[in-house]
Amino acid sequence: MIKVEHLYKDYSKEIKVLKDVNFTFEDGKTYAIIGSSGGGKSTFIRCLNMLEVPTSGTIALDDVVVNDAKTDLTKVREKMGMVFQNFNLFEHMNAKKNVAYALMKVKKMSESDAYAKAVQMLEKVGLGHRVDSYPHQLSGGEKQRVAIARALAMELEVLLCDEPTSALDPEMTTEVLKVLKSLSHTGLTMIVVTHEMAFAREVADYILYMDAGQIAECSSPDEFFTNAKTERARQFVANML
Amino acid sequence: MYLRFDRIVPYIPFILQGIPIIIAMSLGTAIVGCIIGFIAALAKRRGGIVGACFSGYIDFFRGTPAYVQLSFFHFALPQLIHTNWPGWVSCVIVFSLNSGAYLAEVMRAGIDGIDKGQIEAAKALGVQNKDITKDIIIPQALRNVLPAMFNEFIALTKETSIVSVVGIMDLMRRSSIVQGSLYLFFEPLTIVLIAYYILNKILSFIGSYLERKLKYD
Repeated sequence: MIKVEHLYKDYSKEIKVLKDVNFTFEDGKTYAIIGSSGGGKSTFIRCLNMLEVPTSGTIALDDVVVNDAKTDLTKVREKMGMVFQNFNLFEHMNAKKNVAYALMKVKKMSESDAYAKAVQMLEKVGLGHRVDSYPHQLSGGEKQRVAIARALAMELEVLLCDEPTSALDPEMTTEVLKVLKSLSHTGLTMIVVTHEMAFAREVADYILYMDAGQIAECSSPDEFFTNAKTERARQFVANML
Repeated sequence: MYLRFDRIVPYIPFILQGIPIIIAMSLGTAIVGCIIGFIAALAKRRGGIVGACFSGYIDFFRGTPAYVQLSFFHFALPQLIHTNWPGWVSCVIVFSLNSGAYLAEVMRAGIDGIDKGQIEAAKALGVQNKDITKDIIIPQALRNVLPAMFNEFIALTKETSIVSVVGIMDLMRRSSIVQGSLYLFFEPLTIVLIAYYILNKILSFIGSYLERKLKYD
C-alpha cells in the first residue's frame, strides 16, 4: 500500500506542480494516471520513488515513510521499480547485463545467479533471443521490454511506469502494452502514467485523472469514460475519444 | 647546401638519452594530471566555494602559457618564499597542474555528456551513488573523452620540450649543446623532430587501440 498525504511539489515560488495530492494505492491493483500535459502526472509518479523530492507532505510505502531523511531509500527502491519514457538502458551493457547489474549490486546475487535470472526475465518479456544485444542494436519496443525485465527482476511490489509507450510507434506500443497487460493482476501494484486510453480502459482497475496539480478524480474505467464526475474530466474524455 | 650527418653520428646517443627523461616527465605528469583533473572536474560540477576555487585554478592554468608558468614557478617564486627545488620538481608540479586544468575540462564535458536518464534508472533500481559513478558514469565518460584525453597527452609530451629552461637535460637541451659545439643546426634538430614525432605516433596508436577496445557500438 502506498499512502500519499498532502503532497506538494514546487520547483520555484511561481511553479507549483503538485498541490495537496492525497491518495492511497491498494496492493495488487493497476492504476492508470491520465490527464493533460503539465497536470503533474510525471512529477507525481517520480515523487513516489523520490526521483523528485517532495516539497512537503508524506509518502508511505506500507509503514515506511519514503520521504523521511532517516529512511534507507535503497530498501524502498528495491521494492518499487520504474520504467521510463526513454527506456534509460545502460548503453554500455548488453541486455543481459542491464538486467543483471542491479541484481548483483543491490540484491548482492552472485554473478552466475544474476545472469541466469536476467535471461529468465528477458525470456518472460519475449526477448530470449536478444540477451546479448546492446541497447543500440534493439528497437524501441525491445528496449522498453528490456527495461521492464530489468525492473521486474528485482522482485517488485510496485511498478511505476512513466509514459512507457510515448516514445514508441503504434506497433511497438502494442508489444509493450501486451507485456504490461500480462503483468497486471499478478499481485504487482502497477501505476502507469499513460496517454493510451484504450490500455487504461481495458487494463486499469482505477483511472486517476490529474488536473492542475491535483487528483481531480478517481473512478473505475467504465465510470470515467462514460460518466466522469468532473466537468474537466468529461471534457478531457470527449477530446480524447 | 651543407649537411654533415656523419659529424653528428657520435652525438646521437647523447641526444637520444633525453628520450627517457621526456617519457618519465610526460607519463608522471599525465598520471598526476589525470588525478587532479578528475578531482577538479567533480568539484567544479558540484559548485560551491570549493568548486569556485577549482574553477579559478583551471581558468588560471589555461589562461597562461606553460613556459611562463614554469619560469615563474622556478625563478620568480623563490623571491617570495624560500624554495630551492631542483628543476625537475618544478617541472613535475607545473606540468601536472597545467595538464590537470585541461583534463578537468575534458572530463567535465565527458561526465556532462552522459544521459541523465541512465543515472535516474540506476537510482530507481536502488543502486548506490558510488556504484553509479563507478559502473555507469566513469566507463561511459571515459570512452567519450578518450580521444580528447589523448590529444591532451600528446600536447603535454610536446610541451615538455620547454623543460630545458630550468636546466633539465631533455632532447632540446641536448641538441642545443650539440648545435653549440659543432655549429650544425639542421642535423641535431632533425633528430629531435623525428624523436618527438615517433613518440607521439606511439601515443596516438595506444589511444586508438584503447578507443577500439572500449567500443560497444
